[in-house]
Amino acid sequence: MKTFQRRQVLRSAALVAAVAATGVGRAAFGEERKSVRIGYAISKTGPNAGGAGITTLPNYLLWVKDVNDAGGLELPDGKKLPIEVIEYDDRSSSEEVVRATERLATDDQVDFILAPWGTGFNLAVAPLFDRYGYPQLAVSAVTDKAPQFVQRWKKSFWMLGGGHDYAKALASILVEANKAGTINNKVAMVSVADGFGIDLVSAAGPAFKEAGIEVVYEQTYPLATSDFSPVINEAMASGADSFVAFSYPPDTFALTQQAQVASFNPKVLYLGVGTGFPVYGKNNGENATGIMSLGGIDPANKANEEYRKRHEAHTGIAPDYWGSVITYASLQMLQEAIKRKGLDREAVSAELASGTFETVLGETKFEENQLRKLWWTGQWQNGQFVGVAPSDRQGVSKVVLPRQEWKKA
Amino acid sequence: MLGTAILSGLVLGGTYALVAMGLTLQYGIARIMNLAYGETIIAAAFLAYVMFSQWGVSPVLGLLIAIPGGFFLGYIVYGLLMRPLVARARDKASLEIDSILATFGLLFVIQGLLLVVFGANFTNYSYLNIPVKVLGTTVAANRLLALVMAVVSGLGIYLVLTRTLWGTALRAVAVSPSSAALVGIDVDKAARTAFAIGGALAAAGGVVISMYQTFTATSGVVFTMKALIVVIMGGVGNILGALSAGLILGLVETFVATFVSPGLTLAATYLIFLGVLLWRPAGMFGRTTR
Repeated sequence: MKTFQRRQVLRSAALVAAVAATGVGRAAFGEERKSVRIGYAISKTGPNAGGAGITTLPNYLLWVKDVNDAGGLELPDGKKLPIEVIEYDDRSSSEEVVRATERLATDDQVDFILAPWGTGFNLAVAPLFDRYGYPQLAVSAVTDKAPQFVQRWKKSFWMLGGGHDYAKALASILVEANKAGTINNKVAMVSVADGFGIDLVSAAGPAFKEAGIEVVYEQTYPLATSDFSPVINEAMASGADSFVAFSYPPDTFALTQQAQVASFNPKVLYLGVGTGFPVYGKNNGENATGIMSLGGIDPANKANEEYRKRHEAHTGIAPDYWGSVITYASLQMLQEAIKRKGLDREAVSAELASGTFETVLGETKFEENQLRKLWWTGQWQNGQFVGVAPSDRQGVSKVVLPRQEWKKA
Repeated sequence: MLGTAILSGLVLGGTYALVAMGLTLQYGIARIMNLAYGETIIAAAFLAYVMFSQWGVSPVLGLLIAIPGGFFLGYIVYGLLMRPLVARARDKASLEIDSILATFGLLFVIQGLLLVVFGANFTNYSYLNIPVKVLGTTVAANRLLALVMAVVSGLGIYLVLTRTLWGTALRAVAVSPSSAALVGIDVDKAARTAFAIGGALAAAGGVVISMYQTFTATSGVVFTMKALIVVIMGGVGNILGALSAGLILGLVETFVATFVSPGLTLAATYLIFLGVLLWRPAGMFGRTTR
């Protein structure tokens, strides 16, 4: 019995090896390439799915559709190849995203890997991208350490700035408003006790201090807090004209609603992630006007407007007002770099680092592998979340302060 | 300040109690540890969302659809999925294990369906977010509604369970299904009805909290966990226990957030949970012998 089984095992092993060899051999023989293989691991389920499903995944799908509809990715010799997508759901698990990225690089051997969602995940896969030589266009990652990361991982590109950028921009807006006599220099600041909140509050503390702004109320709250009435009541009692919350989407929505119920009307209301979601503007209507947050867009940018329409038409949801357009722009840069340099990842990375590209953002160029031409602060005005800082950038909208009081529905 | 904290705490506790009462019925009377409970809540929340955003129908009217819908769903699930498990369970422990495994699978089925239909994005709408002044404190009308519903359904079900013959039959099944069968109670029908009522309560809870809570297709487990804490703290099967445990947790959380620090709310909640279990291992109103 045993020998019979062993022969069977050996036979099937030989068969498998033969099949594998032909598969490998086929690629090695340089058979005519039929497509460009692009892979990505994205959070389709789990706690990250909300963010990834608004900022990242729809843009990946939209870009692939746009490219394939136009005939495919154009190569330097003029030939167009369709994109073949390999998608993995990382289930919002960091082990899974690392495993999936490794699989994309070694098993599927894709030509390019698109970045996952979230600062933590981008940091987790950065060593893998670097080891296997893939350029990493990290859009949904907010980190002050980008300059160091670029030194360590030469092909990484960080496209959403860092906590200090956003905090300094907010501080300068507050200082301006204080100088104009619109608000006092007191701020009530709350943050979620998680990556984003911690990152931004540790940047905001020094930034506010440097600008002479006094933080009279500071609290952190745990994830999944649903009742903010104690926090809002204390902020109301603190005498601060500005209320800043570094919050996640569920908290942002809850804070907005409970501020309305409590008739809490700070002259400056700055909330965290989620403020730039179209659903936020829709749900709050006129009451969203004047509320500020990270990100923003240039309402006069026609390319952006057309991109937003296409995004909604194809994916069914509107893009957010912060990272969505940056994600699409990053893909356009990749597409253009491939058009100029072909599918050699070294050459594409070098082109991305040094070249100038025309995207939905306008003229886009990396500065030491970082995108610095970003809207740091945005404000809801006339049904759109427009960029109001840096104030010297072309396309900026003027900050409107103080925020008007909540209107009854 | 104290009055505000008390009232806000009760209102928050109303939310917790509302999402837990159905589970205590299912676990206590039908003896089913329903891990898919949170998914029922989320499914009802999505129903209310669709009705409000797409058809402009008020969620309060949505309750009229959700409650019978939840009852019907619970009835079907018990009949198809649970009854075979109950029939072959040798004792209470094996039924619990079997029902945990079965409902765990059901959790993923419902969650998968919701993911396919609605995607994984944050879903949120605002309804009845108007300030209501109660005893000098301003609270949101939709959260107050959750408290009112929790108290009304809790007391209502308590009265039914204690004052009516049929309710007493349900309690008999909860105490000892084998003895209940001996006195002529149709145990299967009673358990099935209790499970269905639990489903109806879950659906009602889902519709009400969807008015102010942001949720996603994957939020179900969070609600199940919260409900489980409330159920165990209040004593399994005891509806007033679930109601009071929910209100106490809400009060504790708000008091800690107001007078100590919002960052310690989770710690305080679990500390209270631990304390109650150390003091009364079967829960506040639970029976010590099973």
